[in-house]
This record gives sequence, structure tokens and C-alpha cells, in this order.
Amino acid sequence: MGKTFKKPEALSDQPTHYCPGCTHGIIHRLVAEVIDELGIRGSTVGIAPVGCAVLAYNYFTFDFQEAAHGRAPAMATGIKRVRPDLTVFTYQGDGDLASIGMGEIIHAANRGEKFTTIFVNNAVYGMTGGQMAPTTMPGQRTTTSPLGRKPLDVGMPVKMAELLAALETPSYIARQTVIKPKYVKKAKKSIKKAFEYQLEGRCFSLVEVVSTCPTNWGMTPVDALKWTEDTLLPYYKLGEYKTPTNGGNDAK
Amino acid sequence: MGKVLMKGNEAIAEAAIRAGCLNYFAYPITPQSEVAEYLAKRMPEVDGVFLQGESEVAVGYMIFGASACGARVMTTSSSPGVSLMGEAISYITAAQCPAVFVNIMRGGPGLGGILPSQADYFQATKGGGHGDYRLLVMAPASVQEAVEMMMEAFPLAEKYRNPVMLVGDGLIGQMMEPVEFPDNLSIPATNKDAWATNGMDTRKSDKRNLVKTLYLNPEELNAHNLLLKAKYERMKQEAVKYEPYNLDSAYQVLIVSYGTMSRVCKTAIDMLKDEGIEVGMVRPQTLFPFPEQAIFEAAACESCKVALSVEMSMGQMIEDVERCIKGRLPVKWHGKCGGDVPTPEEVIDAVKRLIAEY
Repeated sequence: MGKTFKKPEALSDQPTHYCPGCTHGIIHRLVAEVIDELGIRGSTVGIAPVGCAVLAYNYFTFDFQEAAHGRAPAMATGIKRVRPDLTVFTYQGDGDLASIGMGEIIHAANRGEKFTTIFVNNAVYGMTGGQMAPTTMPGQRTTTSPLGRKPLDVGMPVKMAELLAALETPSYIARQTVIKPKYVKKAKKSIKKAFEYQLEGRCFSLVEVVSTCPTNWGMTPVDALKWTEDTLLPYYKLGEYKTPTNGGNDAK
Repeated sequence: MGKVLMKGNEAIAEAAIRAGCLNYFAYPITPQSEVAEYLAKRMPEVDGVFLQGESEVAVGYMIFGASACGARVMTTSSSPGVSLMGEAISYITAAQCPAVFVNIMRGGPGLGGILPSQADYFQATKGGGHGDYRLLVMAPASVQEAVEMMMEAFPLAEKYRNPVMLVGDGLIGQMMEPVEFPDNLSIPATNKDAWATNGMDTRKSDKRNLVKTLYLNPEELNAHNLLLKAKYERMKQEAVKYEPYNLDSAYQVLIVSYGTMSRVCKTAIDMLKDEGIEVGMVRPQTLFPFPEQAIFEAAACESCKVALSVEMSMGQMIEDVERCIKGRLPVKWHGKCGGDVPTPEEVIDAVKRLIAEY
């Protein structure tokens, strides 16, 4: 009997450093599967962020660059402009993309840079030890909002997918999650579309993936999944916010 | 091609193209914006890349990304903009990627002014960004020399896998001078397959490349820094450039000066010669590596009583001059840093005061 399930070629053998219950591993795998299916491992350059996924390059088997905090979209711009034949993606968390890298992501998206961003939003800074992010929910306790995020003090969480979908130039903006198998399938479909649009020469594509952080949320992995569904998903609504045939840029 | 009259900024832009740099990312800032304006028109003519980034911070990383995937790339800016690029410069240096940065310096600190200055000497030679790193820093004294240094900058950046910074005070960018571009200039592209993230298919390899700057293991980071240090030491051995001036005379004063300031000093030295006063000068053409040995030896001249660092900053290069002279001579400073260039007469006065004193 042949193998029906195997590790994607784009994924390395190295065990990840991610905490139990973290969904980075699933998202890495989805990206790797898509890269395998599209046969683009030899022409892809990934860009790792600062944050938990800074070491993402250890888990992929193709060219990778490591960015400074938030600057991955600027690096991707540099690569894609001088080598439009390469497939380029950034893999960024919410502290990286929505806080320190807000300027870079907005301008890259608005210029319609022809790369893809995988934006992993778990409503907290992970690597630095659970501080408040721009995406932290009202009332959510973090090490820098010990009494819970107060919207009157620091505003409401940023909805990146909606914010970027307000721009005219991007071709594809979607938000998915991976907390249940049915969502994982949809997330993979979105990630694949984003890469396919890039291969077609379309403008900027981004998939936000609502994710978990049991360690910094102070929850068990199972409770973290439930909290994501009960608290994050009603605020961070899933769906395709912009596609080339529905509000997005259809230019190639 | 014969001589043409060109503004320094435009000549630098054209020189980059002649040096085979077809990738340019920048953000507008006075007094270097003409480089971007020139290349916005010129790059499409040569199928090159021109992109105006949203900030100098982002531009620094566009340079990093482009360089890391193997492209010959440059940016230009002026002092406050270069401060913002300092972050990326630290990363690019750590990742050992070649790139050329041009700083057409204006007065600081803060917004300072838009007139010529040399106040970014420390920023260029001692850091600006974080961590142990060095840039190879070149300082032209004319538009022609700026063009020639641009031609050298790209091969040097690629040889050392390190950014090269060309610093010109605002005058170098703004003044028009006759300039001649070398003919038949095509600096061959260096093969970067050993390290660049140019895609495995591009280099027909199964081995992926990784461009990174994170070394969590202290031994690894120390080893990485030692490797960088060895490279900077190699630059000190191989890449120093300077121009001696009137050093074959029995000079009483040794001037150290660079860029536009050194041209004023040359005029002052010639005028003093007519009065029977001999002054020698070492003009660093590279600020890092600094002409340590040349200055040390020039200070050993028996007739020389005092050294004078003349700079359009409040005494930055003087620290390197003192370091090179190793206490053999008193080292004094003369300069201005508001946007005016000191006149030959001011330099002459400073020299005469020193001669009276020592």
C-alpha cells in the first residue's frame, strides 16, 4: 500500500520550537503543502519576521531571509522588484505586522507589491513574553495590560484584514483560522489562492490566520481553542474580504 | 565620451548606472533628491528598477532584500535619512550583504539645516546602527572623484560582502563641475550563488541559502563577530586611500582634512606657501579604513610642530587624528558646522595662530 500522507518536501525534519497548542506548526505545514503542490520550492524566497516565527526558516527547505521587526514587507518589496520571477512571501505575527511594521505592510499593500503575506494573529506578543499587541482583545490580560486591555486607554484592537481591504490596490485579502479541521481546509484554500494570484502576476495578497497562544494566554491548548472561537472569531470575522473578482484589483 | 558639466548628485546617479547598478530604492530628502529624480527618468531607459519607498526605514530593508537575493543595489540619502537607515545598515552588515549607500551630508543634529556639513563622520565611521560593525567609507572631494569612487564602491562592496558608504558634504551633491565618465565600463557581476537567496532553481542547487543575523548561541555570535572583525582588519590592510599634499616640504603644521573642506585647505596651503609658510596635508579618501600609518608618519616630520584637523563638524575626525598621532604632536581643531564652508583665509588665520603658539 502506498503512502497516503507524508511530510511536504518544503518542510524540514527539524522538530519545531513552538509551544504545545500553538498553531504555527499547522500554518507552516499549509504553506509547505501549497508550495509543494504549486511546484515552486526552487523559486521561492520566504521572509521570517521577528517574533516566535523568527526561526521559521529552520522548518522550511527553500531560500529564506530573516527580517528585522516589522520590516519583512520592505524586504519582500526589494526582492520582488529586482527578481519578479521569484515567488516571495512574508510570514509575520501580529506584534510584527500590526504594530512596529504597520507602515511597511500598508505601503507594500498599497503599492500592490506582488508578494504574499501570511499574517498570524494570536492577539499577543509571543516571543517577548506575552505583552499587549495592537490586536489584543478588550479586557484581555497580558504582561503589559495586567488589568486587561482598556480601550479608552489604548484603543480597540486593529482589524488588519479589513484595514488592508480598504485599499484599492491589493488583489486578495482574507482571514481564516486553523482551530478546527474544517477551518484548516479553508485556510489552506486561501493560502493557495494567495500564492496562485502571485504566480499570475497579480498585486499584493494577504491571508490573516487567527491563531492561538496557550502559553501567553495562560490557558490549556483546549481552552485556547475555545477562547479563540468564543472571543476572537466574533471580532475577527473570517472570510474573503477582497478577491480579484470581488472588490480586489483584477489587474495582472 | 568627453567632459560634461554635471551636478554632483546627477553625476553620482549616472555613475551608479555605469557601474552596473540597475537597482535603486530611495526616499526624497534635501540636498540629495536630484539623485532620485535623475534615476526616476534614467532607470526605465536601462530596464532598471527605481522605487520611491515610503520611508528611509523601509528603503533600508528594500536594499537588504534586494542585495540578499543577489542584486547590485544602492540608495542615496542625507543625514536625517541615513539615521533612519541605520537600523537596516546594521542588519545588512551583519548578514554580510553588499550594497552602496550615499550620504550627501547636511547640518545636524536633528533637522539641523540643508546646507553642507561633515557632521556625520561618527555615524559613518563608528556606527549609527547598533552592534559591532564597520562600513567602508569613501569621501570624494570633487564631482569627478565622486564618480570614480562610485565605480570602486560596487566592486569593493561585493569583494568584502559589506556595505560601502560614500559620504559627500552637501556641496559635492549640489555643485556643478566638469566630469568625465570612464568608457567601456562594465563591472562584471560577481557570482553570489554561495550565499544569496536567489532561488535554488537559479543556481541549480538542492541546497537552500539562508540570510540571517540571529545567533542565539553565544559562541556562535562571538565567532560571527570575530569573522566580521577579521574582514574589517583586512580592509585596513587593503583598502586605505589618501592623498598627500605638500608633504615633501619642511612643513610646520600638518593638516588633516577631507571632502570639500580639503579643497579649501589646499588653497590655504598654496597661499601660505607664497608667504613662505609650509603646511602639509593628509587628505583621507577613505574615512574607514582611516589612513592611520600615513598620518603617523606625516606627524614624524621634524619641522612639524602641530597638527590641525579641519572639518565641517565640531571635532569628530580629530579623535581619529589624535589616535593616529599617538601623542607625538598637539592636535587642534578648526571647523564650522552651520552650513558655511570655512574660507581659505579662516584656515590661514588658524594656521598662523598655531605657528605663533607652538
